[in-house]
Amino acid sequence: MKPRIPLLLGSLSAALVAFVLTSPGVVAADKVDPVADAKAFQNFFFQKFPNVKHEDFVNGPYSMNEDMKRQWQEKEEFPPYEFALDAGKEMFSTPFKNGKSYADCFPNGGIGIRQNYPYFDEKEGKVVTLELALNRCREANGEAPYSYVKDEMASLTAYMAYTSRGKLMDIKIPDDPRALAAFENGKRYFYTRRGQMNFSCASCHVQSPGERIRAEILAPALGILNAMPIYRSEWSGMGTTSRRFVTCNSQTRAVPLEPQADEYRDVEYFLSYVANGLPISGPGARP
Amino acid sequence: MKLSLPLAMLLALSLAPSARAANEADYKAAYAAAEAASKEAAGMRNQWTVTVSALAAAKKAADGGDFDRALAAAKEAEALAKASIFQATSEKEAWKAMEIR
Repeated sequence: MKPRIPLLLGSLSAALVAFVLTSPGVVAADKVDPVADAKAFQNFFFQKFPNVKHEDFVNGPYSMNEDMKRQWQEKEEFPPYEFALDAGKEMFSTPFKNGKSYADCFPNGGIGIRQNYPYFDEKEGKVVTLELALNRCREANGEAPYSYVKDEMASLTAYMAYTSRGKLMDIKIPDDPRALAAFENGKRYFYTRRGQMNFSCASCHVQSPGERIRAEILAPALGILNAMPIYRSEWSGMGTTSRRFVTCNSQTRAVPLEPQADEYRDVEYFLSYVANGLPISGPGARP
Repeated sequence: MKLSLPLAMLLALSLAPSARAANEADYKAAYAAAEAASKEAAGMRNQWTVTVSALAAAKKAADGGDFDRALAAAKEAEALAKASIFQATSEKEAWKAMEIR
């Protein structure tokens, strides 16, 4: 019986050593680290496309294909989003019925602030997108909210993006577990397969950027929101970030969530954060 | 040849139940099962558009009295809904394999 005790103690101490050695690794793997995630995300695209200038990723498919890029540059002389831009500028400067305006709802009068959206609102404990902030501004001033997916909302965000063109995306994640959870939730949404096609956002925009899906060239995920809102020839009109998420879901045969659902807000937070340091290029134009 | 007639009769008898036309009760049972699975998928925030379409097609066929078609569409809807539930369940962990690290 005596030899059993040292054997048992030996086994226990071996198990303890193994636990101590492996547990930091497990904790590190599960820890939410947006800085490391953003670095890995950007490096992936920089290494996959070494000939693309970093600031060019925000131009989506045009950064992947020289012929398309030339066509787009010519189109930019008379851009298809110009009408929306003009309408947005007028809407933005027109006071509400109560005499106040959008400028009263935003820092710096709403000019040159696109790069700071979405942000994490510590009072609400949730991500607030620019589209959401615009509708909240309207409602706070007694106006009806706009549709999140097109027309007026696209025009307003087009104008606000235009006033931020060239400014670098600058999304903050406060030291708040709820903000980290929102980032992680957005990341999960981005990589999760859904719909009958069994596609995640990453299936197209991480695994296959630059490849064709039918007649279209897929945009890289890096900087994909910097160009929002966009005029899409396929839509024959403007579309917001919300519209982009909704249509992506439909294309995979998943029933889209309601615009500005928590998941969409969080995935916008994730995608915007990992694009920090890349310039705002919106409003954009896409085939 | 002597064996062929009884064999043929046996075959005919064994196939007969499956050839029976579907009735309203068959459809209602299948639709209820499909609807329950579909609701579960929606609760997981992973409803598929094709499930919704198949459910609508089943209802439309039943409203028109075509219970064969209604039953087939309801069964398809249930299979699609179950596939979406499986997807949502497996993706709870599987998404991590796709992550850029």
